[in-house]
This record gives sequence, C-alpha cells and structure tokens, in this order.
Amino acid sequence: MINKGTYVRIRKTILKPNERSNNLPEDTKKVPFKMWIKGYLVEDADLFDIVSIKTVTGRIETGRLKEASPPYKHSYGDFIPEMLKLREIIYKDFRGDNNE
Amino acid sequence: MNNTYQSLMDRKNEIIKKSVGLDYSKYELEGIGFDFELMMNDQGYDIETIKKIQSENMVGNTPLVELKNITKYARKYSKPGFGARIFLKDEAANISGSFKARRAALSVNQAKRLGYKGVIAATSGNYGAAVAALAAKEGLECIIVQECFDSRNVCQPEILEKARKCEAYGAEVVQLSVGPELFYSLLKLIEETNYFNASLYTPYGIKGIETLGHEIANDVKELTGKFPEAVVVTNAGGGNLTGTARGLKDAGAVDTLVIGASVNLYGLHMASDNDFNRKSFTTGHTGFGIPFAVFPDRSDVPRSAARPLRYMDRYVMVNQGSVFFMTETLAILEGMERGPAGNTSLAAAFSLAQTMKDTDIIVVQETEYTGAGKHILPQISFARKNDVEIAFGNPLSEVPGKTIIFPSDGSLLKHKDIEMNDLRKTYLKRYKDIELSAQDYQFLADELKINIEEVKDLMK
Repeated sequence: MINKGTYVRIRKTILKPNERSNNLPEDTKKVPFKMWIKGYLVEDADLFDIVSIKTVTGRIETGRLKEASPPYKHSYGDFIPEMLKLREIIYKDFRGDNNE
Repeated sequence: MNNTYQSLMDRKNEIIKKSVGLDYSKYELEGIGFDFELMMNDQGYDIETIKKIQSENMVGNTPLVELKNITKYARKYSKPGFGARIFLKDEAANISGSFKARRAALSVNQAKRLGYKGVIAATSGNYGAAVAALAAKEGLECIIVQECFDSRNVCQPEILEKARKCEAYGAEVVQLSVGPELFYSLLKLIEETNYFNASLYTPYGIKGIETLGHEIANDVKELTGKFPEAVVVTNAGGGNLTGTARGLKDAGAVDTLVIGASVNLYGLHMASDNDFNRKSFTTGHTGFGIPFAVFPDRSDVPRSAARPLRYMDRYVMVNQGSVFFMTETLAILEGMERGPAGNTSLAAAFSLAQTMKDTDIIVVQETEYTGAGKHILPQISFARKNDVEIAFGNPLSEVPGKTIIFPSDGSLLKHKDIEMNDLRKTYLKRYKDIELSAQDYQFLADELKINIEEVKDLMK
C-alpha cells in the first residue's frame, strides 16, 4: 500500500482516439492523448489504482497511480565510441597533423 | 462547462484574451492585416525599462566571446582573405541557462503587474525553466505544459531534463503525449487556474529579446569599432530571430545581415507519434522553423509577435550530425561545454564564415546550458535506441529519423540555403483567392521584407 501524502506520479487519458483533433497523422490518430503528472496522494492506495492527487500548485488531478516517490532517471547515456573518433577528427583537423 | 475538444477550442479566443491581458482586436486593420508596430510598442516596455527589469533578475549582459580557435579552424577551409571572425554570445549565463530568460522576465513581470496569481506556459524547451525560475523569484505559481512522450510512454531525454529543471524551481509540470491537443490541455488549465498565459508569442515574449540584439550590436562595436556583418540566429518559432533583429536595428546595426539557422528535420512529421522519438533535436529545427515562418499566426495567441520573415535576410539549415560535431568542437577547442540544440547557429556560422571576408564579423547569438539528458551522449544513445544509425561521412546525406551523419572531416560541415522566395510564396498561398486592397498589399510587403511589386510577382 502507498500512504496518503506520498509524492506520486499518475497517468490519465485526456482524449480517447475518437475524441482527438481531426487534423492528425494516421499513427497519432490511433492512440489516446495522455497526461503524466506528479503530486501528493490524497488517500491511501495501491499501485495502478485510480487515485486523486494534489499537485504543487494545489490542483486536484485524478488518474492511474503509476509510481510512488518518482526519481529522475535521465542520465548521461551510454558510452558512445563514435565520440572518441569525433574528437580525433577535430584535433587532427585543427592541429593539422594528419599529413595534409 | 463543456470540455470536449471542440467546445473548448471554440472558446479559445475568450480564454486567451483573458489570460494574456491583451485585447488584440485593437490592432486589427481593415482586411487581412494588423498594426504590428503598434502592438509591439503599445505595451509600456521601452528598451531601457526592459534592461532594468532584466538586470534586476539576473538576465542579460551575458559575455560576448571571440571563438579564436573555431575561427582558425574555419579558415582552414576558406580561400585566402576569407574566413570571418566568429563571436559567440554566451546566453547560457542567464538565470535558468538560456536566452529564454529574457522572454520570461518580461512575461512574468507583466503577469505580476496585472495581478495574476500564477503563470502557465506551453513549452518542452528552455522557456519552461526560464518561466519557472522567474516565477519563483516573483513569488508566482507556475505550471509548465510539455509535449513529452510517445504512445509507448518513451520521452526524449532532453525534455525530461527540462522537466526536472522546472521542478527544481518549484513549478508544476504537466507532461503530455504527442499531438497538437497540447493546446487543448493548455486552454483547460488556463480556464481552471486563471493564470497568466506566458505565451512565447505575445509582445512581451518577443520584446524581451530586443536587449540581446542591442547587446550584440553595442558589444561588437565596442570591441571592434564596427557592427557585425552578420548575426546567426537559431530559428524555431521565430521569436528569437524577430526580437534579436529588432534589437539590432534599434541599436543602429541596420546593415547587419540576420541569418536564421535550423536543424534539418525534413521528412519527420511533428505531430507523428512514430516520428517523435526519432529526432535528436526537440527545437531549433525546420519542423517548427518553416511552419511558423510561413504562418506565424498558427501560435497560441491571435496575432503572433514572432514574425521572422519581416527580418530574415537568409535562412540556412544544418544537419543533426553537424550540430553535434560543433558542440564537441566548442567543448574541446574553446573550453565551453554547452547544450547541443543552441549550437545550431554555431554549426551554420562555421560554414557561413568561410564564405565571408576575414575582416568580417559573424556573431552566433546564443548558447544554452547542458546537463544530464540534454547533452550529446544521452541524445546519441537515445537515437541509437530508437534505431537511428550513427555514421561518419558527408552530413548532407543524413536522412532525419534514419541516420545521424557526423562530418568525417571539418571541410564537409556545410550549411544549405532554404530559398526565401519559396517561403514567401508559401506564406502568400493563403491569400490567393482574396481580393486584396492597397493596404493589404502593404501589410504583406512588410510581412515578407519585400516591396509590393515583388509581392504581386510571387502571387502570380
């Protein structure tokens, strides 16, 4: 169970595919228009329940409980070997030591 | 109140009017046009007032640096006597890390002045962080609405970072899936909260950038004794270019060429769920740059104050691989680690400088902060995970959404012109079947920076 007052993240469908704008590419037309938002859980709940949250501006939103205590997961990515080659090219070009 | 898509869209004019505190009907002319200059000058913000508001908020007066190593690098590929001096305005030094703070400073000031309790802005970019930071300083509530993820719930790393930054300043971040219905959600939130709509396209959103043009003109003149020959501006919604150009002209730099630069994303549909995560640039690209240039009033206000074709002398594209290449060059040759998207104009300048005299000066008018998510490594990692091939070769052969091609040497980093008259013709298409008055033709001539005869020729 996730306690009332926990900071959580919910997901909500705002518009079903048939409620969306008429002016959309085919692929987008087929999928719902959704929202993710964070806030404080209003009542105790379990993951995937439909819940209400209070956002930091004091608004109430409802949606499916997807995550409690949501961390930031974005990072500096994977090792990209091409970056080393890129550097090599720039240094060689700039220093002119590639026997041009 | 009925909140179906259509009924809310039908109420959009009244909702927007209330949320920007501005009656646009005042500026409408008979026929198709409106009085752009009156709209811009009618809001009580002259350049000195703007400078004062900004400097009190840690905005503006950013360093102008000469990129001596990058200039030397570009000259390697220039004919004798060519290779302009490249200068860079380090806009990452603004509060919140980008030039967008200039725009936000005025919008938030106006919201406060008019007594709104909070501000709301629809943006997946640096503008969100800028509005959030300045709202925090003014004690206003803030909601940022982002287009963020596709139907698989996968989000661009760059946008996740911007969400984090907004939250760091205490803002609420509403994240949406791909689609133009973002505007629907924005309207719904405005109606619910009665917050000020800190749109990127109001006169405040544009006038805030005029100081940037001013600083560039004055700083370059002080350092070198003359105004720059060219300023390159990364172009998306057109505001950056409009505001910078207006500032340059106001400072007297009337002969300085204003060159727009965008990342080439031809072939990717901006409202496509499938295409959304196949690009490595979420702004500064042709997918925004071209539609907003040829139809500025597609924005979230009745009359956009961002009207790039009024000021643009030339418009060039560079590819994604070239911008990443220059981002790395800026770090390892100049010691400046800055966010990729803002370096679009730098990549263009590297190539453009080679076509200019070595006594000329070309200014890259912005940088932006970099960080986790919003950085070459996560953005390339993300592209690879979304089946985009990473290769070396001629960057002009890059196919957006399929490949990212890094130049296999600096000589291959080239810009490509977008024909100004093609843009103008597209702009004019919507007026083809309308009987136009002399005043209408004058409006179109002003909009497109050409004379009435040229307008008529392009409409044939």
